[in-house]
Amino acid sequence: MDNLMQIAMQNVNYGSIMPSLVLCIFGMALLLINVFLPRGKTTPASWIALIGLVVTAVFAARGWGDPQFGFAGHVALDKFASFSNIIFLFSAGLTILMSDEYLQREGYPIGEYYPLILFATAGAMWMASGTDMMTIFLGLEVLSISLYILAGMFRGQLRSNEAGLKYFLLGAFSTGFLVYGIALIYGVSGTTNVADIGMYLKSHPAMLGNPMTIAGMLLISVGFLFKIGAAPFHMWAPDVYQGAPTPITAFMSAGPKAAALVAFVRILILGLDGLQGDWTSLLWVLAVLTMTVGNIIAINQTNIKRMLAYSSISHAGYALVGLVAANQIGVSGILFYMLAYTFMNLGAFAVLVLAGKKGEENLTLEGFAGFGFKRPFLGVAMSIFLISLMGIPTTAGFAGKFYIFAGAIKAGYIWLAVLGVLNSAVSLYYYLRVMVYMYFKEPAEDYGWVTLHAGAVISIIISVVGVFYLGLIPGKVMEMARMALFF
Amino acid sequence: MITVNHYLVVSAILFSLGTFGVLTRRNAIVIFMCIELMLNAVNLTFIALSNHLGNMDGQVFVFFVMTVAAAEAAVGLALMISFFRNRESIEVDDISLLKW
Amino acid sequence: MQVLFFYLVAFVAVASGLLVVTCKSPVNSALALVNTFFCLAIFYVMLHAPFMAAIQIMVYAGAIMVLILFVIMLLNLGVETMKKTTHTVWGIVAGSLVMMLTFFFIKRGQPANISGPITNEVVESVGHTQLIGKHIFVDFLLPFEITSILLLVAIVGAVILAKKEV
Repeated sequence: MDNLMQIAMQNVNYGSIMPSLVLCIFGMALLLINVFLPRGKTTPASWIALIGLVVTAVFAARGWGDPQFGFAGHVALDKFASFSNIIFLFSAGLTILMSDEYLQREGYPIGEYYPLILFATAGAMWMASGTDMMTIFLGLEVLSISLYILAGMFRGQLRSNEAGLKYFLLGAFSTGFLVYGIALIYGVSGTTNVADIGMYLKSHPAMLGNPMTIAGMLLISVGFLFKIGAAPFHMWAPDVYQGAPTPITAFMSAGPKAAALVAFVRILILGLDGLQGDWTSLLWVLAVLTMTVGNIIAINQTNIKRMLAYSSISHAGYALVGLVAANQIGVSGILFYMLAYTFMNLGAFAVLVLAGKKGEENLTLEGFAGFGFKRPFLGVAMSIFLISLMGIPTTAGFAGKFYIFAGAIKAGYIWLAVLGVLNSAVSLYYYLRVMVYMYFKEPAEDYGWVTLHAGAVISIIISVVGVFYLGLIPGKVMEMARMALFF
Repeated sequence: MITVNHYLVVSAILFSLGTFGVLTRRNAIVIFMCIELMLNAVNLTFIALSNHLGNMDGQVFVFFVMTVAAAEAAVGLALMISFFRNRESIEVDDISLLKW
Repeated sequence: MQVLFFYLVAFVAVASGLLVVTCKSPVNSALALVNTFFCLAIFYVMLHAPFMAAIQIMVYAGAIMVLILFVIMLLNLGVETMKKTTHTVWGIVAGSLVMMLTFFFIKRGQPANISGPITNEVVESVGHTQLIGKHIFVDFLLPFEITSILLLVAIVGAVILAKKEV
């Protein structure tokens, strides 16, 4: 019995979970420190959370040069996971920066908000670095449960209650499909390790035609596509995005989406590689459906939060195009695009945080009339983010879309790339409409309540820098994304 | 002779019943109970396959699925209580404040 | 004899599942669900996994269902008076689609033909609890630790959301 302990300790490689370990330690410490902080003030908690993110970033950067594998094949802190960790850390950091003043203004200065964001980021990191279905599944659950709580945290607001409950019910439903798929894949391969599943299926080609394998793949895809927010499983996204507190909407649109995409990529390309023909056809159809549905419904939205929610559905569609391509440019394009999307979207939501009144009834197009003249800094920042979302050259959005569509063309999916570009053109309408309202309409009010709070302003500045850096000098980051691939 | 396929068929029936329940019922707690039914069907699949394959991985997975179900139960019921405080009902049709 | 017993338990399990989905009162659904859990525990014993059967009863029937019944009683949910289903057509379509998918794929498909090391004789000689313990704490150590963070998050969430005054 004693040598069991030795065997267990041999497998453990703390270096492979360092980033998530540091985040969890900070989260737990913050939970304890919250007890001693004065009620009603969450600023010290937000600083501690930010320090935690910076320390984690140091550890995550160290994982870049020196890939670590640990825990008997459960985690692999390789370059793929390290790149994804950077995406998650940016989305968590920008969210925490813009949250503090928002929580005070809306009247819910709950200190536990920050540890929950840290735990959610740790869950996302486990999803990105997990090489076993179990680690990926548990990381997904930690992430999802933290988000259910955060979405429903504003207890007095009916919108937030609805958002939390709706997200919970549909999220748990999709988890059921996901685990059933994992069970069937386990049945046909005898293991839950993603790499071993791939090897077994390749060495037993009879299993590839087995209906149980295909059923497992379909069910796993349903589970992940729900989390990504792809059509036809996108129904939850607009309501949840509109009802949740704005910084949480910002976080949800970037971090978890990237985490689900990254885990999905690893499972499909490493594990279910033998079925590539099947899942590329499925994803082709769903990518087109997602882009189209997101864009078309966004056209007649007047609430800006809801419009950004539908636009994030269509951006998930663009990212899926990269997965259909399944080649080096396509998948590294997904990583690059998720980083770019984090900056664009979180910046736009930071502007919304500053522009909203308490209760947020004014985040409509009419509420933004003349905003660009009365508040020039925020107007310019919002315009930059909208231009990047549209995909105009010199911005990060264009660079990301360029790489993804280039990957699709290289893999032979010409029509897919054409449809993607057409959808980008359609999206110009509803992004431009916001700019028109900001600059070409008479201001109905003088926006006196809009004050430039330090945290949100810093997150806006970081996002603008990110958008322009990725747009003007995409080469270096793209090279990093290409090195991050595991195939 | 009871083969593994018998168990898989039973769990498939339970899973489909759970799916049907989630999509049709109006009461949020009953929807949650149907989700638990789905997760239990998956547990049965795992243990049947684990027995057939001579592996322990499936049973350990069941352990973690149970834990996840318990955590989801805690959070979900707290969300329902919070919703009920504001609305006095947990009919899913009442979750309609946010529409098109 | 064993075949007959299997069919009996399977019938009771499916019938209780049907009751969960169709009962008007939430309390009746909850009790039918407890019945389903018991039938599944019997299945686990038949599949030479007695520890999982015990855990099933303790965690699901003992903890989760009690929590659900507490909440039903707390919110004083009565019998649903108006029509109790919504989107019935969609539900039947999706439910039968899932049933056909799983039937077809599972009846036609075969699980892998692997004979791993843990056979029924090994389980009976070494002891199921010991085997599970060895696997969780040696091979699956990281998921076990992640589960602890999961439970911490759930506790924090339940307190924030359901407390009277935060």
